[in-house]
Amino acid sequence: METLERYRPVIDDFEAFLGACRRPLPSAVRVNPIKASVGEVTAAFDEAGVGWEQAAWNDRVMTVDTDRPGNTWPYFHGWVHGQEVVSSLPATVLDPDPGERVWDAAAAPGSKTTHLAALMDDRGLLVANDSNLGRLSALRSNAERLGVTNVAVTNRDARNFSLKPFGGEPFDRALVDAPCSCEGTIRKNPDALDEWDLRHVRGVAGVQKGILRRAVQATREGGTVVYSTCTFAPEENEGVLDHVLGEEDCRLVETGLEVECAPGVTEWEGEEYDESVRKAARIYPQFRDTGGFFVAKLEVTA
Amino acid sequence: MSDGNSGQQFDRLPSTPDEREVEGRASRREVVDWWTERFAVPPETFDGIAFWEKGAGKVWAFAGEVDSPVRIEGLGMAFMRTRQEHWKPTTEAAQRFGAEAERNVIRLTREQADRFVAGEDQAIDWDGDWGYLIAAHGLAGTDAPLGVGLYLHGELRSRIPKGRRREF
Repeated sequence: METLERYRPVIDDFEAFLGACRRPLPSAVRVNPIKASVGEVTAAFDEAGVGWEQAAWNDRVMTVDTDRPGNTWPYFHGWVHGQEVVSSLPATVLDPDPGERVWDAAAAPGSKTTHLAALMDDRGLLVANDSNLGRLSALRSNAERLGVTNVAVTNRDARNFSLKPFGGEPFDRALVDAPCSCEGTIRKNPDALDEWDLRHVRGVAGVQKGILRRAVQATREGGTVVYSTCTFAPEENEGVLDHVLGEEDCRLVETGLEVECAPGVTEWEGEEYDESVRKAARIYPQFRDTGGFFVAKLEVTA
Repeated sequence: MSDGNSGQQFDRLPSTPDEREVEGRASRREVVDWWTERFAVPPETFDGIAFWEKGAGKVWAFAGEVDSPVRIEGLGMAFMRTRQEHWKPTTEAAQRFGAEAERNVIRLTREQADRFVAGEDQAIDWDGDWGYLIAAHGLAGTDAPLGVGLYLHGELRSRIPKGRRREF
């Protein structure tokens, strides 16, 4: 927990933040409308005697009263995906429509990919890429269990991703749910901070900048790019946005999320970031008893 | 005609047998007809979905559009196995499209369903066809397909793949 001390200057009510980070995270699932309705899922949980509670901002996201949501009938049938509540935010913000062309740049193990497919009604082209071949098999099995048919899976370095297999045409939307230092998963993985290292944070920030730049380039003018991480580190969040705003044709817009959040930070350890990064959303664990998360929405301007 | 099939790329199935260029490759029409004949799944269930082959006989269902052939890691859902005497749907295809089936669906009790998804074979009475059936059970007021079983000699053999099995 000492690692988190570095965020005392930017987090209001820091003691509540630390207290929330020490508590285990409730189990949560997302209803998969490709295979079932919310009513069918809640009826199946009721039949099994599993308690459930819907999130205030999304009736397809619910916490469930079991440690093993993976061992329930709704999970076996692909009616739900075990996914913590904040993990449903990036696809909600990207908000793709059926029939669009969408790129998920760092997709494995597929929680957000399958959420995007659901929002697209399983129609259009969803390209799910990940540089890690081993993790792609988890993505494929999740996508298949959830009944997704509109996903094309690639194994490339997202930083120089080629549009060639997809007709050379840019995407309407792209999601960069970036590999990160994962500090916000501390409630799920109590050892998430054991290997924490500032050099790693700086190194991964370089990768994040490369992926987000490529996502902006690969998206059409007027299209949308969402950037998200599960870390609190400004180097990996606002610092990445600030860099890409300076290098690529894009601007930050409001996320439109109806969840409690703090604005992006504009000053961090002597660095100053573009004022517009305040439009990003920081979700802290003490707000709604969730994991920690960061999400920002960009519009491509050329 | 040559074998012409590759494990390295996805090739879109031809629309009809007349357009076939690769020997042994199923056509889209044959695939859809098979689901209609075997399971009485209405053909329009597959509107907007193209079928692709990667590796001998392994057919994938993909709702998006890309040029054929394409060399990538995955394209939609592994859907069924062709190029053998008895074609066989995957567990995931049975779950996704089997809800529309009205023929060769074997309805299991909860206890039978538990054993089926654990991968066990079990003796069950069944008056219908032998061969690959869609196994289903009642869940939340629906007839929820579990996967594919092979029915032979009074026994339903579970074909749930190891990684998908569950013990409730």
